Amino acid sequence: MMSLWEIRWLEVAVAFPLVGAILSAFMRDSRRAFPFSITCTALAFTGCLIAWAGVYAVPAPSAPLGLLPSGMTKWHLTLDRFNGPIAVTTSLMYFLIVLVTARTKMQRFSFTWTLLAEAIQLAVFGATEPWVLIGLLTAGTIPPFVTLIRRNESTRAYCLHMGMFITLMISGWSLVEADATLTSAAAVLLFGAVLVRCGTFPVHSWVVDWCERASMGNALLFLVPLNGVYFAVRLVLPIAPDWVLSGIGIASLITALYSAAMSTIQREARRLFAYLFLSHASLVLVGLELHTTIALTGALSMWFSVTLALGGLGLTLRALEARFGRLHLHRYLGLYEQCPALAICFLILGLAVVGFPGTLGFVAGELLVDGAVGSNLAVGVVVVLAGALNGIAVVRAWFLIFTGTRHESSIGMNTTPRERVAAVVLMFLVVGGGLFPQPGIVSRYESARKILHERAQRLAVPEEDETAEQGEILE
Amino acid sequence: MDADQLLTALAASIIAVPSLLVATLTVLTLCNRTPGERTTGRLCLFANLIGLAASLAMLLVMLAVDSRHVSLNIGNLVVIPHYHFSLKLLFDRLSMPFVILTFLLCGTIAAFSSRYLHREHGYNRFFVLFALFLLGMILAAASGTIETLFAGWELVGLSSALLVAFFQYRPAPPRNGFRVWVVYRISDAALLLAAVVMHHMTGEGDFDHLLGHGPWPDGEASASTLQALVVGVLLVLAAAGKSALVPFSGWLPRAMEGPTPSSAVFYGSLSVHLGAFLLLRVDAILQSSIWLAGLVVVLGLTTSIYAYLVGSVQTDIKSALSFASLAQVGLIVAEIGLGFRYLPLVHLLGHACLRTLQFLRAPTLLQDYHTLENAIGKRLPDAGGPLDRWAGGRLRVWAYRLALERGYLDVMLCRFVVDPFIAVFRMFDRLERRWLAFLAGGDQRPPSGDRSS
Repeated sequence: MMSLWEIRWLEVAVAFPLVGAILSAFMRDSRRAFPFSITCTALAFTGCLIAWAGVYAVPAPSAPLGLLPSGMTKWHLTLDRFNGPIAVTTSLMYFLIVLVTARTKMQRFSFTWTLLAEAIQLAVFGATEPWVLIGLLTAGTIPPFVTLIRRNESTRAYCLHMGMFITLMISGWSLVEADATLTSAAAVLLFGAVLVRCGTFPVHSWVVDWCERASMGNALLFLVPLNGVYFAVRLVLPIAPDWVLSGIGIASLITALYSAAMSTIQREARRLFAYLFLSHASLVLVGLELHTTIALTGALSMWFSVTLALGGLGLTLRALEARFGRLHLHRYLGLYEQCPALAICFLILGLAVVGFPGTLGFVAGELLVDGAVGSNLAVGVVVVLAGALNGIAVVRAWFLIFTGTRHESSIGMNTTPRERVAAVVLMFLVVGGGLFPQPGIVSRYESARKILHERAQRLAVPEEDETAEQGEILE
Repeated sequence: MDADQLLTALAASIIAVPSLLVATLTVLTLCNRTPGERTTGRLCLFANLIGLAASLAMLLVMLAVDSRHVSLNIGNLVVIPHYHFSLKLLFDRLSMPFVILTFLLCGTIAAFSSRYLHREHGYNRFFVLFALFLLGMILAAASGTIETLFAGWELVGLSSALLVAFFQYRPAPPRNGFRVWVVYRISDAALLLAAVVMHHMTGEGDFDHLLGHGPWPDGEASASTLQALVVGVLLVLAAAGKSALVPFSGWLPRAMEGPTPSSAVFYGSLSVHLGAFLLLRVDAILQSSIWLAGLVVVLGLTTSIYAYLVGSVQTDIKSALSFASLAQVGLIVAEIGLGFRYLPLVHLLGHACLRTLQFLRAPTLLQDYHTLENAIGKRLPDAGGPLDRWAGGRLRVWAYRLALERGYLDVMLCRFVVDPFIAVFRMFDRLERRWLAFLAGGDQRPPSGDRSS
């Protein structure tokens, strides 16, 4: 009898939005495409969940059944303990973003391209072969480009940066393939690709531009999965010499602090979101640079936290924009009375982004600082200062948006049931993960060890000796 | 059940009660099932009573078994090789009085507020934030590691800032709430930096490792003089932000925008003393460097003189009380710097109780004055301010101006720290916009608004 785990569920999960994208392209009425897209994204999320469960249920998976022929082994999509939770979280974000799309925005929000983007994004997480991953990362830049075209917005900044990213990535990896040991030239090229895709200073401006020009939903979906960091972990970290990682680390530290400071003076919510994203994506990269198990565990945990919390914050901003248009932060808007639930949601998720105690980001930040302090005190100091500035920026935005003279409107502006579901799910995950972080942190710790083990093997460098203490992990 | 188990159970209940209160009120609010005024008020009052009973019982057990220093590990939040995050509580001669004081005053304020805020818009919001504050205070008071202290410290900061902005439909409260939050974030960052440096020095964040072994107040710092100076300066900065010491004193009168009960419990009695509590906790490190101790004395005395001077020209009762409170906090800090242990603790406890009473009577001040005048049969004598009595001529004018402008502290912070910061990053913002406009071929999005906020 066939077992549940004999199916490559991630491929099934990718197939749902892919087929959904094709079918929804023929639906002219967005009100028909909407429930259809919800179903597709929900099925994709379920598929990812099953695929992730399979990672733990079957230690050595040998699933023969998938949508791709068994001969195309290189193309098979599978999850492991590292990318499992990331894929699940990303598919959840897609589901929630489609779910809470306001009726007034359905005409402008392209369900077809969103579903296609989801299929590509999930495939990115499942790809094991470097060139497949590179191909998918390249393909993943197309839906956002189409989004900008559809909105009649300038694509020049986006195209310039994504063009740089793709060129650097392909040329860098070509050099790696040509020579098994990473040459300096290849390292520099890959280093550049990571910096561009993560939006690291000074090549960060495309992120701000993208957030301003795209719809909030699309902006979120393209940024929040942190594809640049994924690329760095999968392809650069295992082979990069220390000086490359140090370079990434220095650039990330500057970006984290600079973006945090910039976020405190922004007068538009979109730009604030962009700088918050840049600061936190950089903090994740800082953890990679340190390449110690604790720092990497902190970075991977922060990644998880950023995806959920920053994604949730973006969703809240999107819900507010659907009601009040673009939010300007140069005067007090007084929206609390109109939508108190969104105010609470904004505050909790915003504080979760900056690692407030009791949220998912708190322990992640502690781990990152703890891992950094032993090797580099400056990293710890910058992480703390960036956190303080980001906290100021989030609460400033909250005061400006929700307090002040009461905003009057003739119709009810409070949350819809769909929005309430999304808010409760995200807050439950963010706060629940903060109060009971052990399972999540252990999972990230195991992934960090595996990544560093692969790096040590590939570069023939000594590993951190932790075997004696393995028994300490409390499952 | 032996004494250890009993102590563990009591310690757990001291933390569990405010945690449950926060969870109950928050979940009900989020589910749109806001309880009625009476239920909310009673929940808060009972939580404080249970907490007070548990802390008093704990004190009795500690006295009975002659234990001065009970360190309890409630549980590990995270355990992986080379790292653990434990929720460790410390009950000793310093934390026990502070925990008892917190439950006592918060219980009093809860009972007062349920009447004072009757039918006030935002009644439930007040109690949710109040519960958050209570949890933060208990965590901070009984913290055994710097991470736990930080968690409590942050909760106190957030609830304080949001309560200052309680009357959020007027422009001033949110603006002042934000100012309070900014100072608290600076204070939080200093505390975290102290923890980072401490980790770098000792490898652990426990107070025990910083202060050496030995119950309070007999702990001795194991750090060298230089290490103590570095960590100590950061801790003093953290305490200065939290307790509104010079140069951060400007936020204290601004915090009076909040409702009277929150002003009483936050800025009159509890949170304004949290900085002094921190300094008492790390007194061993303060005393291991004469420069650090001297800095604390100077800071305390400067704050005290400043607050006395400024407080004497205030024209509203809450501002006058806030500066009076600050003057005493300054003295408490100076006492800590001078090496006293029990004197500042007793001073702190007594001052907190007195000030709470004064703040709670503040709304009925005019009635109290009438009662007094009716009782003595004439107007109360006008003794004049200290500036009238002690200063004359140009010195008096100068001192008046200084006091009325609150020592120009806010102006200086704005002019030399905030304004340059904003100017520099606004410049970067403009440069980035130009760069993006160039990349987009002139298709630039106009900046929103031209007024700063």
